[in-house]
Amino acid sequence: MESLLEAVSLLVGGDRETWWTIATSVRFSLWSTVFAVIPGVPLGAALFLGRFKGKRAAVALVNAVMAVPTVVVGLFVYSFISRSGPLGSLGLLYAPGGVVLGQALLAFPLVASMSYTGLQKLDPRYGETLLTLGAGPWRRLAAIIREGRYVITQAMLAAFGRVAGEVGVSMMLGGNIRWYTRTMTTTIALDASKGEFERALSLGFVLLALALLVNFLSHLAVRDGR
Amino acid sequence: MRLIAKRDAFRAAAVCAALLAASAQAFALGGKEAAPASRPAPANPRVRLATTTSTENSGLLSYLLPFFAEDTGYTVDVVAVGTGAALKLGENADADVLLVHARALEDAFMAAGHGAERRDVMYNDFIVIGPAGDPAGLKGSADAKAAFARLAASGASFVSRGDKSGTHVKELDTWKAAGIAPSGAWYKEAGQGMEQCIIMAEGLQGYTLSDRATYVALKDKTSLAILFDGDPVLFNPYGVITVAPSKNPAINADGAKAFLDWLTSERGQGLIASFKLEGQTMFFPNYKP
Repeated sequence: MESLLEAVSLLVGGDRETWWTIATSVRFSLWSTVFAVIPGVPLGAALFLGRFKGKRAAVALVNAVMAVPTVVVGLFVYSFISRSGPLGSLGLLYAPGGVVLGQALLAFPLVASMSYTGLQKLDPRYGETLLTLGAGPWRRLAAIIREGRYVITQAMLAAFGRVAGEVGVSMMLGGNIRWYTRTMTTTIALDASKGEFERALSLGFVLLALALLVNFLSHLAVRDGR
Repeated sequence: MRLIAKRDAFRAAAVCAALLAASAQAFALGGKEAAPASRPAPANPRVRLATTTSTENSGLLSYLLPFFAEDTGYTVDVVAVGTGAALKLGENADADVLLVHARALEDAFMAAGHGAERRDVMYNDFIVIGPAGDPAGLKGSADAKAAFARLAASGASFVSRGDKSGTHVKELDTWKAAGIAPSGAWYKEAGQGMEQCIIMAEGLQGYTLSDRATYVALKDKTSLAILFDGDPVLFNPYGVITVAPSKNPAINADGAKAFLDWLTSERGQGLIASFKLEGQTMFFPNYKP
């Protein structure tokens, strides 16, 4: 109970490091959502529109990749962006860029899968109509993304929620460096390991509030989509 | 009508998202000011230090680094892992400089050509902690070997780091010296950091080997007491190693060298000695030029 009160006072009292950590988390998550959406939405739409052999397998693959644990993504990306790895010269490891890259890779299949599934709820004749009207593949892709913008909003929000709450990638690729790559989740992991539950708890509240906000916005998007 | 409501709600969502983004950006800018201000900037002002959890979590580095930044203009990015992992980061050139404590591993690291220079920095010591009632009767053991033998014979729970950290290496060496191969239900390999192991030992009312600094930093959160200390084999020396710049062009060799020099300078050594927890000196500087 005492730690609960202290947790609240950290937030209300405007503790600089606590708020800095919250801002960093939000910033990283926004960027990684953007980088997950740029390839994710077109891929989802392409899966929806496409008529090609192995489409089922492609959809299954995207869905399967969604379930890969964050630490595995972290490990995989580490081997690429380590200074002794192929992308080492970019200097992404233990820097914000590494976290954003890892999180974008983590969220990208989620965005693709949610876009694909969501678009299926549109009128199935939509794609065919576009085809009969003589729209080329790029025009069709653009039209379908426009039509499915509510679905895509939802996918974006889900991606944001996923990356804001994950700890594996942020820890392995960001290194939990104070005033640099320390996020809400890595702070919680560190503080809990030190037995300092007050700040961990206050950040837990913020994460919960963020999840609620994301769900609320997502709900709004669905309602509007109908 | 329906259409307008739909648009409004969607716009509201967009505005919320934009606000979130704007506030994040504003806070982020605030954060930059909050970071320690660096003076006449070196060419590459970020040095990456891979170190053990004991130096970071005891508060030593948070105490030292602002002085280092003030003196040299370098910002140190601390990645706190076990000694084994820290050396691995050095080997992969993912750190510029290391502050670790496992002499045999450090020597192997240097022999393999991964390091450019190694210097002694400081030492503290390892202690065996356990329930104040001391069910295994460790108190009064002649030396560390005897204490560990009593532990194994008693069947009381022992929490091992199990993570190749400096502390873990020291623990394994001590078992070896005592002629014991620890295994069984009483021997719990946690694979976690020092604090987590102490908290686990507390929960199990068992024993664990800890460095003194971490234990003292955690003291008001644990009822475990020091039951054995003082044997010279439990001496815990820390070394600073600059990673060989030839490994990778991205290594901040100047920054690493500056850190090594500063830590072993009169100024650095004096500051290490002045770092206290609960009124006690935690690390004893021991660099000899």
